Amino acid sequence: MSESPEMLSCREVVELVTAYLEGALTEAEEVRFEEHLAMCDGCAAYLDQMRRTIVIAGQLDPEAVDLEACHRLVHAFRGWRDGGPEGP
Amino acid sequence: MTSTEADHSIATPQDLRTVEALRAGDERVFRDLVERYHASLIRVALMYVRTRAVAEEVVQDTWIGVLRSLPRFEGRSSLRTWIFRILANQARTRARREARSVPFSSLAGLDDDSPAVDPDRFLAADHPAFPGHWATAPRSWAALPEDELLAGETRERVLAAINTLPAAQRTVISLRDVEGWSSGEVCDLLGISEGNQRVLLHRARSKVRQALEEYLDGRAA
Repeated sequence: MSESPEMLSCREVVELVTAYLEGALTEAEEVRFEEHLAMCDGCAAYLDQMRRTIVIAGQLDPEAVDLEACHRLVHAFRGWRDGGPEGP
Repeated sequence: MTSTEADHSIATPQDLRTVEALRAGDERVFRDLVERYHASLIRVALMYVRTRAVAEEVVQDTWIGVLRSLPRFEGRSSLRTWIFRILANQARTRARREARSVPFSSLAGLDDDSPAVDPDRFLAADHPAFPGHWATAPRSWAALPEDELLAGETRERVLAAINTLPAAQRTVISLRDVEGWSSGEVCDLLGISEGNQRVLLHRARSKVRQALEEYLDGRAA
């Protein structure tokens, strides 16, 4: 491990995982990300866990995701906003 | 960000054949299309309107809108994107009638700036040798038996974690990871930027991974 400021910390890497998987990092960022991963078993395990989590999510029944409750929240939010003191 | 979206940004040859068949009045093709998308359309409609009954009406109106707009389908988007765009317009109109509509991006979940991983699991930023490095690194799941990872109980945990996420995060992860939509389609449907979509997805996935880790580590302990 070097102490160079160029080196990503593990704490930074976990926040870049989604951008990495989405292909949203710049080329330079991607290189730094992969360099870190090649040297860090912890972050390699973390990325692998994230990939497996996504695979398992893909096996869920979409019907089982509780979007109705989501919408109750959305409506609660609208009610709060429209009725709240900050309203227009 | 440009090339990965390309496959969803224009109609496939299959889409064009479907549209041709619909224009020719092929009822079977229409029924297949309804069967394929109806449940997803209902779920998405429920993002905008209060009740299942109203969502069903919105979806009915969407199908009528699809048929009316068929002559104008130019194949500049995929058929699915086009149908969901019609749905989003119908649902927004209906939601405005029900209550004032709120942009999706202002919903709970986007302002959530909680870290992906508990900060206690990292060494301090001023650690002399390894600042910000793992103090308690995640355990590799590669050694787990495959059937444990794919077991029904593991899936239950993932589902439970998704169902406790803030609304916007839950919606994005269910469209992306459960239903397999592309980021472009999700942005288009919800009217959010790529960046916002990524933030919501990142928060959502990070929490679901954490819940799964807690479950699997608990079993191993």
